[in-house]
Formats: sequence, structure tokens, C-alpha cells
Amino acid sequence: MPDEISARVDRLELPFDARGVDDYGVSKWHLAMTFRASAFLYRKYFQVKCTGIEHIPPRGRAMLVGNHSGGVALDAAMVIASCFFEMEPPRLAQGMAEKFINRIPFASTWASRCGHLTGLPEHAQRLLEADRLLMVFPEGARGTAKLWKERNTLVDFGTGFLRLALRTKTPIIPFAFLGGSDAIPTVTNLYKIGRLLGVPYLPVTPWLLPLPRPAALSVHYGEPLRFEGTGSEDDDTIARQVEEVKGRIAALMEGGRQ
Amino acid sequence: MKVLIPGISGLLARKVAVRLLAIGHEVIGIDPRGWPGVPEGIELHSLDIRKRAAEDVFRRRRPEAVIHMATISALMAGAEERYRINLGGTRAVFEHCASHGVRQVIFVGRHTYYGAGPDAPLYHSESEPPQELGSYPELADLVAADLYAANALWRLPELETAVLRVCYTLGPSGHGTLAGFLKGRFVPMVLGFDPLFQFIHEDDAARAIVTALSAGLRGIYNVAGPQPLPLSVIAEEAGRRALPLPEALLAMLVGRAGLPRLSRGALAHIKYPIVVDAGLFRRDTGFGHRYDELTTVHTYKDAFPLTGRTSPVPMPG
Repeated sequence: MPDEISARVDRLELPFDARGVDDYGVSKWHLAMTFRASAFLYRKYFQVKCTGIEHIPPRGRAMLVGNHSGGVALDAAMVIASCFFEMEPPRLAQGMAEKFINRIPFASTWASRCGHLTGLPEHAQRLLEADRLLMVFPEGARGTAKLWKERNTLVDFGTGFLRLALRTKTPIIPFAFLGGSDAIPTVTNLYKIGRLLGVPYLPVTPWLLPLPRPAALSVHYGEPLRFEGTGSEDDDTIARQVEEVKGRIAALMEGGRQ
Repeated sequence: MKVLIPGISGLLARKVAVRLLAIGHEVIGIDPRGWPGVPEGIELHSLDIRKRAAEDVFRRRRPEAVIHMATISALMAGAEERYRINLGGTRAVFEHCASHGVRQVIFVGRHTYYGAGPDAPLYHSESEPPQELGSYPELADLVAADLYAANALWRLPELETAVLRVCYTLGPSGHGTLAGFLKGRFVPMVLGFDPLFQFIHEDDAARAIVTALSAGLRGIYNVAGPQPLPLSVIAEEAGRRALPLPEALLAMLVGRAGLPRLSRGALAHIKYPIVVDAGLFRRDTGFGHRYDELTTVHTYKDAFPLTGRTSPVPMPG
């Protein structure tokens, strides 16, 4: 008998073939396995609070753009879970995986089977043109490397996401993610040891390993932002628009903390 | 139309030749391997394309179109022989085309041109350069032949040149790189990796090449059929068992213990996907595949069930 997770996977509006694989290699089986694990984390362990989910369009291209809240990519996992568990019908938010992930056995396969392709502009554009839901963290790896004391700050944003949104005429749904650094409070990052292990850095917590404690997490989505342009505007114009997105995310973070 | 096919003895080329004949074209083939039982109506010359006698076929028969299918893959010959056949042969074909009034030439290349690697995009477009040649030098001669063929687009503007980068073919003949890889009971995989493989039914591939000729294509085109599948799914659907092994161990075992032969560089091709965007070809020709991905694998499985014959019929090329 199909369980709730499998039923929700079946309702994802993706072009799966008879074997449950889509044209990017996203696999229903891998999604169901992953969402079974994230259901426990999302609903029980962290009891994630989600507001504003109605701002995400039920279908069609859209770009979720938000902050990293430190630690490992707990924020990405919970944002993906919120779109899967809170939306009707559920949607699959597809992230752009850091390049090192594709070199790591098993991580490479699981990331791609769950729809998180390597972070290349070609992938982002193709997914949007296929009317997928793209999840972007413009702070990049610098964002996940935030220490606990920096948890409520935003580091510099890249600008590629905004040019892509303009080029593909994609609405940007800003979001704020809160609590990640409370779950995994990073006191320092070990960059040299991380590189030896094939990852950018290794976060160190008061209990040494980056294992999350059951902190209160929340994700807050804001109203869609639509910018006019072609994506070939000069850097100053793009930077102003990026600042507008950043400002909306900062406001959502502030609102979420209150 | 009078069509000349260098490399006509290869299985895909034979299918192309038969299709061309069936729709009323005059077909001439050049291939030193011969073709026992060649269908009536196909004129076969058992010659090496690089020899003078082959040029005489161009001179005497004056083909209007050439479909160049005389290339070989990394496992079929050593480096020197591959360079002679792939690059030397391609050069000879284009020189003869230019000298003897050929109007249209189709170079049938491979999608492995793009290479496989961790940072490569999933869907390659025709404008992308080849990558990862450093880790897979055995591909260099095919890449060189592809680039040489492509430069005819500006070097020989009076010649309508189409370069087709065709994904793996699969089907009941058991011919081709992927079919060979799937022939045994176990399909070796690199532990922790399960790349997408893109393939097209061999009949669809032959039809695509004939379609390219009919459409008078000019340019570089990726050719693919249905959506790709993970290698583990292909193995399962083909009735085989995936055998994931640590990469270092796999590198030692390929070609032994019943596992298929692979050059060391080809290990990247079972770690990372090579998938092409064939939208341009479909748009410019109206081509659509007739066999979906699962049916394609099943036609192979039905022809080569593990309980019966376990090796595809050895083909000369």
C-alpha cells in the first residue's frame, strides 16, 4: 500500500517515465527515500515552522532565493522539505549542488537522483526553461561557513542568479531561513582538513562533530519579486536589483526573529 | 540520389544503406571488411578509403552525397591504427568529396566527443568544446576527426556538410559500445556512481542518419532518442546484474573475470554522464524516435537473454 510520502512523490508534476526517472535522472525511488528521512527531521526533530508558502507558484518556473544560516546545508534540506510537505500539489525544489559533491561517491548519485545538479549556469537555465522550481543561495559556500556569531548576517551575494532570472523571466521568491546555526552552532571551520577530505571545510561545533541538535527552525517566504530586463544590463544595475533582493531577505529574517 | 558510404560494413551503416536503397537511392559502399550477402542493388567496393583505388570510385561513380561512417572506437584498434582510420580516413573522404563534385557529406560521429567529467553540464549543446581529453587520450583521434569534419563548414563552403554526434546505439543486433558493455552477466559500475546513459535504438539511429541526408542538413547536430536512464536501471532492464566495485579495483579487473574491456580513461564514462541536447536536430529535421528507452533496452535483452547466448554477434567494426 502506498504510504503518504510515496503518494506525494506520485503527485509531483515531473515527467517521470515508466521506471520513475525523469529526463534529468531524478528518481521517484530516491526522492521517496530522502523525504522519508526529511519528514522526521522536518516534522518531529526540528518541528520546522513555515510561513508564506502560498507565495510559491504551484507550477511554472520560479526561483527560491534565500540565506544560508550556517552549519552544513540543513537550510537547503528543510526548504526542499517545506515545498514537498506544505505545498498542494507538492513541488520539488531543485538546488545547485557544490561542485565537490559530484566527486564524492554516493553523494554524487543521491544529489543528482534527487534533482540537485552541479551548480553550473547551464543547469540553472535549463531547469528554469523546463519550468522547474530552482533553489538558490547567492551567498554560496561562504554562507554555509558562517560561524554561530554570524548567524543573523548576510555575506556578499553573487549576481548570476539575478541575470538568470532576467534572462528567463523568472519570478524570485525571497525566503529567510532561521535557526540553522542553533542546530549546528559552528565555532570554527577547519579548511585544511576539509580539503584533505575533499570538501571545502569541516565545521566544528562545541560537541566537535556537525551533528544537529533539535533547535527550532523556521522558513519564511516572501512575495514574489519580478524584475524587468534582459540579463545583459551593466553591473551597477544588476547590483542594485541584487541589493533589493538581499534587502527583502534581510527583512524576512528580521520579521522571522520577532 | 547516388550515395556513397565509406565504412558500409559496420552494422549501423548497413542499416542506413538498406534504408536508402528502399527509398530509391543508389547506394555505393567502400569498406575493406566486405559485406557477405550484401543486398542486391548495393555496389560494394572492398577497399581502404585511404588508398588510390578508393578515390577512383569517387572519380568514376561521381556520388552526389557521402555518408562517412568509417570510424572506429578506442577498443577496436591501437592508437596508431585508430589515427590512420579515424583521422586519415576522414581527411581522405573530405578531400575526395572536394575533388570529385560531391554536394553533400554527412560525418557520423559520436556523442563521446564531449567527454565525461564531474564539472561537465548534463545536457551538452553543439557549441561546447570537447573536455576531459587529458584523462581519456584514446578519444583524441575521434575528436580530431570530428573537428576536421566540422571545419569543412567554412573550408569547403560549396559542400553541404553535417556533423552528427550520435549517442550510443542499442538494439537486437548487439552492435556498439553500450551493447558490448552490457553483454555479460555482470555490468561493472564504479561504486557510489550511477551515471545517466543516453542511447537510441539502432533502427532509430539509422533513420536519423537517413533523415539528415533527406533534410540536406548543414551544421553540427547532436542526435539522440528517448530520455537517458541510470546505468543501474539499464542493467536491470537488460536482465543483467549491476556490479559496483571500488574504482581502483575496477580499473584492475576490467577485461578480466568476465567483465567487459574498458580503457582506463573510459572509467570516467561509467562515473559521469555524457548526455546531449538533441533539440536542434529534432527542430531542423522533424525527427522523432519510435522506440522509447525501456523498449530499446528490452529489444537488446530479448535478443541476448542471459540464459541463451551471452555475447552479441561479433561484428567487423
